[in-house]
Amino acid sequence: MKKIAVSRLPELYAMITASQKLYLPVENGGKAEYKEYSEGADVALEAVNTVKSAKDFIFPQSEDLCGFKVTEKTIEVLDLKKASEPFVLFGVRACDAKSFEILDNVFLKGYLDTYYEAKRKAGTIVTHACNAPDTSCFCSTFGIDASDPAGDVTTWTTDDTLYWQANTEKGEKLTEAVSSLLEDADEKAVEAKKNEIKEITEKLPYAHLSLKGFDEYNKENLDRLFNAPEWNELSEACLGCGTCTFVCPTCQCYDIRDFKTNDGIKRFRCWDSCMFSDFTKCAHGNMRNTQMQRYRQRFMHKLYYYPDNNEGTFGCVGCGRCVAKCPQHLNIVKVIKKLGTDGGNK
Amino acid sequence: MQRTNEIIARAKELLASGEVNRVLGWRKGEYSYDQSPAVFTESNIDELVYDDFSTPNLSKYLVKETLKEGKIAVLMKPSDSYSLNQLLTEHRVKRENIYVIGIPAESEIDLRKIEALGVKGITDIEADETNVTIKSIYGDKTVAKSDVLLDRSINGKGTKHVIYDELLCCTEDEEAVNEDTTSRFDQLKEIEAMSSDERYEFWRSELSKCIRCNACRNVCPACTCRTCVFDNPDSQVDAKANTTSFEENMFHIIRAFHVAGRCTDCGECSRVCPQNIPLHLLNRKFIKDMNENYGEYQAGAVEGSRAPLVSFTTEDIEPNAISDGGKA
Repeated sequence: MKKIAVSRLPELYAMITASQKLYLPVENGGKAEYKEYSEGADVALEAVNTVKSAKDFIFPQSEDLCGFKVTEKTIEVLDLKKASEPFVLFGVRACDAKSFEILDNVFLKGYLDTYYEAKRKAGTIVTHACNAPDTSCFCSTFGIDASDPAGDVTTWTTDDTLYWQANTEKGEKLTEAVSSLLEDADEKAVEAKKNEIKEITEKLPYAHLSLKGFDEYNKENLDRLFNAPEWNELSEACLGCGTCTFVCPTCQCYDIRDFKTNDGIKRFRCWDSCMFSDFTKCAHGNMRNTQMQRYRQRFMHKLYYYPDNNEGTFGCVGCGRCVAKCPQHLNIVKVIKKLGTDGGNK
Repeated sequence: MQRTNEIIARAKELLASGEVNRVLGWRKGEYSYDQSPAVFTESNIDELVYDDFSTPNLSKYLVKETLKEGKIAVLMKPSDSYSLNQLLTEHRVKRENIYVIGIPAESEIDLRKIEALGVKGITDIEADETNVTIKSIYGDKTVAKSDVLLDRSINGKGTKHVIYDELLCCTEDEEAVNEDTTSRFDQLKEIEAMSSDERYEFWRSELSKCIRCNACRNVCPACTCRTCVFDNPDSQVDAKANTTSFEENMFHIIRAFHVAGRCTDCGECSRVCPQNIPLHLLNRKFIKDMNENYGEYQAGAVEGSRAPLVSFTTEDIEPNAISDGGKA
């Protein structure tokens, strides 16, 4: 365990940026948003949730895949994959840190997504325990501990001190690079902090959601959930906007499109949203024609399909962004309470 | 609560008599502050609630609801009634399938303003006539209600319903009087006083926060194209990714132009934006400029009225009079 005075954090940030890029939550018009650190930046380390999650840096909203250059009758395929420079993501919350594991299962297991892999390898994740979990936080529902986030390095802050614990080889390397700023520390203050956070988490409005009814993966339960008449009521006010999916740290669906340039084509991929009317549209048309079907897809994916395919790990980390941001107050908590076999209550 | 009970009682009568077969209103949330729009029948009408958190404008839901069988009763706040009138003007809803119940203007509470107070871990919010008490796991806080109202409850279009079949708020005489609502344009003064460069920078920094979720477009009662040009792969401008850093800026500017003369200033765009971009100010500026250049016009105030931008009169301002960034 190491430590550094909170007042000296700008020195720490500067030292990291000397060798690689540093992204961290920065105040942005009353909201926190991950941005590249520059001297004098208004760092919002204690802001619980950034508007968009940390996912952007590993799985960006849009990225070029390849290009096609057309010269008379020949087509040349261009490799547009950018080399991934090492970077540090700082201040990542326990929920977002867990979301990387969920994305890894999709992009790194089975078919290897080299675009994702390159960025995942290049990034060092420095997590930060949540001193003041917020209204819509429910990570504890998914067994995530806001007081002890995973990541390459874990940090905690007390009033004036930031505590630093390296967890992985990448984390050790980063610790080495900034070691001149860090002092040795004992774990007493951190243990007290952890207990304090755990006590707060217990009191959160959504702390005790039960997932009973989403924990059995068989045809009977699948049919019960898929055909539940409640989906109509749950989704009836849905606007079909992409807010919930674009602020979500685990939404992973993307579209691949071609963009016509002057002398060829750029092929890119970008986030898609199951809320959009053209989601998974293909030559024969669209297989989910109503907003109810698309709405159901989002929650079935998080609460049934994903855990069914990944040994019971849910596809939601309870960051609460979609709960806080849905314009019409529709959300996954309401789905769990309506379709859970014990009404979401433990 | 009394108001909700009155509305439920009247809705039950309408349902029982067969006058309507559904009621469009708001459903109680998990907490006191997360109400959602919902369609009710006799079996679930008791879940209806109308209070300071019944914020979403219901008018646009009528586009799909009036395609269904039978008549639907809709709870209509004064501000939202302009949106319905505009939809009728554009022939987007079927009047014969709607029964409009005019309900009083609530003092709508803006959750963003409560969030901005720095209150975290909210467990409940209680509001009376003058105060709002926010209960949280970190302690309670009471603030003046006037400090946390939605913009349209402060700078709105008044208490008059421009369309109704019956009123559940007031008599027709009381209803006929509407207060002066020009104060809503005062908000623009700050932006108008900026230099062109400052204004460009202001909008550039605001609009660049956009994540292209389309919530503003999808909630907008003036945006009722069956397939938006930005969702149509055949349009060649459908954009799921930005090709330049100005593209999302352009999206909002184009949208503001598209709804100019049709936007009733309901404020839903700003209410729903996950990035708190003050989108309604763009639309409001268009309304103000049209008032100044073409004479007073309020979209949705009169069903069937022609907007200044789609009707030509010989008194219209010459285009070249609007130069120098609109300062002429």
